[in-house]
This record gives sequence, structure tokens and C-alpha cells, in this order.
Amino acid sequence: MVKVIVYPPTSTILADLVDRMGHTPLVMANEIRKKIDTPSLESPPLNITPEDPKKGLKYAAVDVPSGVRGRMSLIGPMIDEAEAAIIVEDNNCLVGCTGCARTNELTRLLIKIKGIPFIELKYPRDDGEARRFVHEIRMFLEGLK
Amino acid sequence: MIRIAQLSCGAEYSGIQRELERAAEIVGAKMISPEVSLEDVMEVEKRFGVSVPSGDLNLIMARATRLVQNPDLADAVFVATCFRCAEGAIIRGEVRRYIHEHSRLPVLSYSFTERTTAETLLTRMEALVTTARMRGLLARERQTGLTAGIDSGSTTTKAVIMRDNQIIGTGWVPTTEVIKSAEEAFQQALQESGVKREEIQGIGVTGYGRFLVGKHFDAKLIQEEITVNSKGAVFLANAQKGPATVIDIGGMDNKAISVQDGVPGSFTMGGICAGASGRFLELTARRLGVNITDLGKLALRGSYKSVPMNSYCIVFGTQSLVNSLSKGARPEDVAMAACHSVAEQVFEQQLQEVEVKQPVIMVGGTSLIEGLPRAMEDLLGIKVIVPNHAQYIGAVGAALLVSGMLEV
Repeated sequence: MVKVIVYPPTSTILADLVDRMGHTPLVMANEIRKKIDTPSLESPPLNITPEDPKKGLKYAAVDVPSGVRGRMSLIGPMIDEAEAAIIVEDNNCLVGCTGCARTNELTRLLIKIKGIPFIELKYPRDDGEARRFVHEIRMFLEGLK
Repeated sequence: MIRIAQLSCGAEYSGIQRELERAAEIVGAKMISPEVSLEDVMEVEKRFGVSVPSGDLNLIMARATRLVQNPDLADAVFVATCFRCAEGAIIRGEVRRYIHEHSRLPVLSYSFTERTTAETLLTRMEALVTTARMRGLLARERQTGLTAGIDSGSTTTKAVIMRDNQIIGTGWVPTTEVIKSAEEAFQQALQESGVKREEIQGIGVTGYGRFLVGKHFDAKLIQEEITVNSKGAVFLANAQKGPATVIDIGGMDNKAISVQDGVPGSFTMGGICAGASGRFLELTARRLGVNITDLGKLALRGSYKSVPMNSYCIVFGTQSLVNSLSKGARPEDVAMAACHSVAEQVFEQQLQEVEVKQPVIMVGGTSLIEGLPRAMEDLLGIKVIVPNHAQYIGAVGAALLVSGMLEV
């Protein structure tokens, strides 16, 4: 079983696919759930505290916008943990983006330079492409040890 | 309950969402997010002519469109993006302009860091709520009866007594103890006007010390300085109808306000650094060995071009000032460079965030430092008005507005 980070990290459909193939998906929903379930934190709606952007400093310097560093405080540790990655390019907002394009750029970069196996695909636009899309991801996940 | 539409990118992830909501709650408002459809999001490029990859920024534009189509959804708009984000700054400006042009909703534009607190936002939110809630009162054009206004500023405390649309007494003292200074300024104004304290029908207060002073004087009106100064500025400049831009460089912070018919439309408050404040000019005067009231006249005889000065930080600005003097720069050139430096930061940082429409009215004590309006005129390329009694603008606005409350 391998820990697989999914990009965009908000994609619940891909998280489900990773899970069905017996691996552990690393996605934002799980990280946010931890935040919401942690008692004594009261910073709705995501329970991100002013301390979190400081944790993001590990991934982005202080002159990077606070919203990027706040996101990286959640995404960064997932990248650290990841043993493989699925990257989907040209996704539309229905797939669920993480809001900030700068965070997306940094996330993709950090995944790619980490040296873990990754598969990079284009977002499917029709039924045939969608079938090929799922097939390629399945093959990739099956190949992970 | 006043509803403030929040159009933001990054606020949740910067850990300040709770602070935004707390600030709104303190001033009796609620943050809301207008709902949009997927079509609204997909069509923003067509409507705004700009394509940005950030999802939240597209959502901001879609929400702005929905607000313009249905302005009843909210009473005011708060547009905010992360400080240092170029993409966010572009969209923030465009959205502010779009709402300003297509609706009468007051807009506050702000860039935040993770250190933004409810207290930082309070005056801004208060102004937004006042503009939405008290349009009728803000539309008031004449002062009636016998009223007083007290402006408890960070550096100086000002007071005026007004009777039937005329200023009949003024008081001005440096702010030390907030209440003591307010009492002194008030006494000065009473003495000059020949009016007894008990004859005053209503007192309005504004400025940093407004809550403390308001309680002490049992004031009928306790109001932040953005709406009050806008009112005072257009009243004194005789520009109550139509558009106007008010620039108020204060002791600690500065305000740039776009006004329409005496009501603030969009505004910003505060700059990057105290380098764009009266405090820097005070420091310059002290270093040059002249009184602050003489700094302006000195500056008018100089040129800023031969003295490079950092306009983004009071510490580095002071360093530039000391360096220039040590190299033999003329005091008048240094004085003008300081004025230019303050005006430059306001121009570059704040006037980008509001609609600059003529007349441009400069108010507050700093507007009397002649070099400052001159520097602003050079930068804007247009004539700047400094009305009579410009230093009493807050007190005049408060005295004028409180007279409206006597009739309620």
C-alpha cells in the first residue's frame, strides 16, 4: 500500500479511485477534517489559525501571500508524506481547485522535484477520454508497490 | 442587521476569517457570500475581459456580477485578497471599480496578511456600516442649531463650535491624555465662541479616542473618521454635490476616500508604513530644527529631485534624510523631499484603490504643510483644494452630522 498525493488535492473522485485500488489517498478533505475535528480551535470555516501560515514558511518564503502559505501548511505535509502522485492538468472548477493558482504552481513543482513516481494526465473532455483516463490511472496504481 | 458581502481570496487559508467575522459583528453587521451559479463563474472572462487561473478570484468576479444584478443581496461590499498577490491586486481593483460604476453599494477594498485582526479592521468596517445604514444622515448638507464636534486624533485633538452653518469657535491641542486634551480643546472652542457649555445642543465625536471621549461628554454621535471627515471635507470645500476625492494624511495613518454627494463610495485606510504619515513630517521638522508649521513654507523653496528619499518606510526614510543632510543637502530640498515622499506613498499605494475624481480635497493638519499639497498636485497633475479650517475637518463633520440627529 502506497500513499498517493492527488493533484488537484481537492479531487474527491480521484481520492476514491486511489482508495479503491488499495492505496492511501492524500487529499485536502482529510486534512481539513482533522482541523475541524481538533477540539479548541475556533476559526471557522476551516479552523486555519494565524499560526498555520507560519508553518507554511517551510515551503514558501514570507513574501509569498499568506493565503498560499496557509494552504501549504496543509498541502506541504501531504507532499512530504507522499510516495507517489497523480497530477491532472487542465482541470476545470468542477473538479475542485484549491483556489489559488500560485499554490497550485508550487504544489505541482514540489511533487515533481520530490523524485517520487507520478503520472500526469490531461483532464478528460469526453466519454472516450474519460475511459482512457481511468484506465491509465488504474495501470499506474496497480504498478505501485 | 447590515449585510456585508465578502468577496475575498485567501482569507480562510490566511487564518483571518474569524477576525473578519468578529469585526463585522462588533459593528452590528454580518458577512455574507452571495451565491452564484456555475454559469456566472464561467462567464466572468467575457464580462470583465480578464482571465485568471485562480478559482477564488473567478468566484469574486462572479459574486460581484451577482451583486450588481441584484443589489438587494447586500448593503455593502468588502473586497479582500492576500497582501503581496499581484493577481489578487489586479482583480481586487477591477471588482471595486465594477461595483462602484454599476451600483450604489459602498465598497471597502483591503489586502490582508495573516496578522490582520478585528481591531485593525474595526474603523474600516464601522465606516462601511455607517455608509450603508446612515445614508440619510450623511446626505445632510447644513449644520443647524448650536452643536460641537470633537476630533480626538492620535497626534492632536481638535474641537469646533458651530451655529447655523457657521464655525464660531475652534480649539486645537496636542493629544496627551485623551480626555484631558479633549476638555482643553473644547474649552478653547467655547471660549472663542462665547458660548456656555450647557447651551450646546449636541456633541459629536470622532478620531482614535472617540469612544472614551464620547462617553465622557455623553456625545450623541460617536463616529469613525472616514465618514465624518468626508462630510467635513465636502462641506468646507463647498463640494457637497457630485463626486470628490478626500485625502487625509493623519498622524498615524492616512485615508483616501472617493465621495459621491457627500457619501463615501469606496475608501482605503492606512499605508504600507508610517513613512506616509504626519509623524514622518514631524520627525523631519525636528531633524531640520524648524517648527512643523514652518516646514511647509521651507519645502516650497526647495526641490525634491536632488534628495533621494525612501518613501516606503519611516526608518529608511529617516536614514535617507540623515544621509542627505550629512552630504550637505539644503534643508529646503530635504523638506520638499520629505513632503514628496509622503505624497508619493499615498499616491502609489492608496490612490490606486479609489476612484480619483475632481475636486481633490486635502484635509487634516498635514494639509497645512504647504509642500504636501504641492507634492500631491505634482504627482496627480491636477489642482488640489485645501479648504479653510482644513485641520478641523473631523470636528466640523461631527458637529454637522450631530445636528441632524437633534431633529430625529
